[in-house]
Amino acid sequence: MSAAPRQVVLEHTDQPDHLTGETFELNMGPQHPATHGVLRLVVSLDGETVTRCTTHIGYLHRGVEKIGECKTYLQFIPYTDRLDYLAPLSSNVGYILAVEKLMDIQVPERCRVIRVIACEIARISAHLLWLGTHALDLGAVTLFFHTFREREVLYNLIEMMTGTRLTTSYTRVGGVVRDLPDGFLPVLNEWMAAFGPTVDEFERLLTRNKIWVGRTKGIGVISRAEAVDLGLTGPNLRASGMPLDLRKAQPYSGYDEYDFEVPYAEDGDVYARYMIRLEEMRQSLRILQQAVGKLKPGPIWADHPKVVPPVKRKVLTRMDELIHHFMLIAEGMNPPVGEVYHAVEAPKGELGFYIASDGGKTAYRLHIRSPSFVSLQALERICVGHTVSDVVAIIASLDPVMGEVDR
Amino acid sequence: MLIHWLKLRATPGIRPVPEERPGPRPAPWREDGADPDKVPAQAERLVARFGDAVTPVLPVFRADATAWVRRERIVEVARHLKEVDGFDFLMDLCGVHTPDRPHLFEVVMHLYASARNQRLRLKVALSLGEEMPSLTGVWSGANWHERETYDLVGVPFSGHPDLRRILLPDGFEGHPLQKDFPLKG
Repeated sequence: MSAAPRQVVLEHTDQPDHLTGETFELNMGPQHPATHGVLRLVVSLDGETVTRCTTHIGYLHRGVEKIGECKTYLQFIPYTDRLDYLAPLSSNVGYILAVEKLMDIQVPERCRVIRVIACEIARISAHLLWLGTHALDLGAVTLFFHTFREREVLYNLIEMMTGTRLTTSYTRVGGVVRDLPDGFLPVLNEWMAAFGPTVDEFERLLTRNKIWVGRTKGIGVISRAEAVDLGLTGPNLRASGMPLDLRKAQPYSGYDEYDFEVPYAEDGDVYARYMIRLEEMRQSLRILQQAVGKLKPGPIWADHPKVVPPVKRKVLTRMDELIHHFMLIAEGMNPPVGEVYHAVEAPKGELGFYIASDGGKTAYRLHIRSPSFVSLQALERICVGHTVSDVVAIIASLDPVMGEVDR
Repeated sequence: MLIHWLKLRATPGIRPVPEERPGPRPAPWREDGADPDKVPAQAERLVARFGDAVTPVLPVFRADATAWVRRERIVEVARHLKEVDGFDFLMDLCGVHTPDRPHLFEVVMHLYASARNQRLRLKVALSLGEEMPSLTGVWSGANWHERETYDLVGVPFSGHPDLRRILLPDGFEGHPLQKDFPLKG
């Protein structure tokens, strides 16, 4: 009754000899340190080579779009913090710009500059986290501590700015919730002076490191045509040879007044995506330095009493302002009937908000075009043919944030 | 320099800015010559090509060019836009449940032409029982957007290769972004 020896059948004669034609399924996630959140992959393996990869998402679905239909425009701001929780300031600004487009509000110069500072701090801190965890996934543990040291300063700055570290809710329709505090600029300037050399230090650790190059070069290649077809944006698109950056193409918050460059590379592999994000940190630093120079004293709120709350001191002492404040907070604001789509260049790519308004105090439909959702679509395609260890590198290089994917 | 092969590009037309300037560029709908009653060029070209299958939305709200497209011709229109008219990106696709309007669903698409830096919003109205033709044959990126629209809004798609729920679990009943879906359980 002994079983006959298992016969290995080669399906295609031109297959490499390590492929046996027999596959098994490996489940990665949703709780897996290398999937950067609750992402689940089912990977079909032939030996160690991936033959098929299926992505399962939705483990962090909270119904944010449905919530957006029953909360007023102001009440929805805290929910934007929880989209891309690594760069909540970007989501805050993206959402509020869409609402301001809907209501046709222009904010004063100082507010625009503060928003640019907020966005760029968010971008650098998001990229630092990406760099640290990406390197950690590939075994370079040291870098993680270096990037978190820098992030700590940035988070202290965010805390000074917004009063909290993670759930910032910093923007308001027609302004930002508070001006920069007194001690903010000295800390920022000190950090900016040191950050340029720090990025060079990161480069020295990785860019010509033999193991790093071996693990990333030629892995997970996305061609330019594929990237466009899938709708990739942000660093993932620019690494595939397309220099599209909304800060240049469709400037918002006065980005057309800043002098910076858009890095792009032709290779489209994990290494190229690494290089792009590294260079983006340097460019963000340039923008920050210019923004600090542009910061002139002035109002931070638009002159628009229908959406801008009255001064708190007056709310506490005067009847009219109290009523005004109460109506604004309890009743919300009524935008005109219409629909807008506004997109900003978030750290992960194009973050767009589509708001359809029927004139009521809540949106009729609020849809969030999240860049990570689109990037993750590429995963099923580019993992095939690589090994499991490369899948880890590819996930990290696409830089998905599940809060934004699942919404 | 280590990054010898990484290219940097400052987009043409944007140069280092002088210190003193009146302010940034005005928003597109506030620019001189922005006329909300004029059909945007990208929609006008579509009307010239497809006739009454395309209806531009007037007045143009906040300079977002918008056009209604008839359901039967949407794939044809999309393919024309992508292959001939330069709208290479399907940035977004979502659905709106509209029980209080003459149709039941709206499917809203946001296209982007990278070479011309131009956006266009297409809308398709669906009545009860009508299926939205899938755009996965035109942009493969439409795949997950359509699955999400089916999952959350309940818009049926025809011709989609893998129409399953994407964010909600497989056994979930109902489509939460429909207006009659309860907010509390």
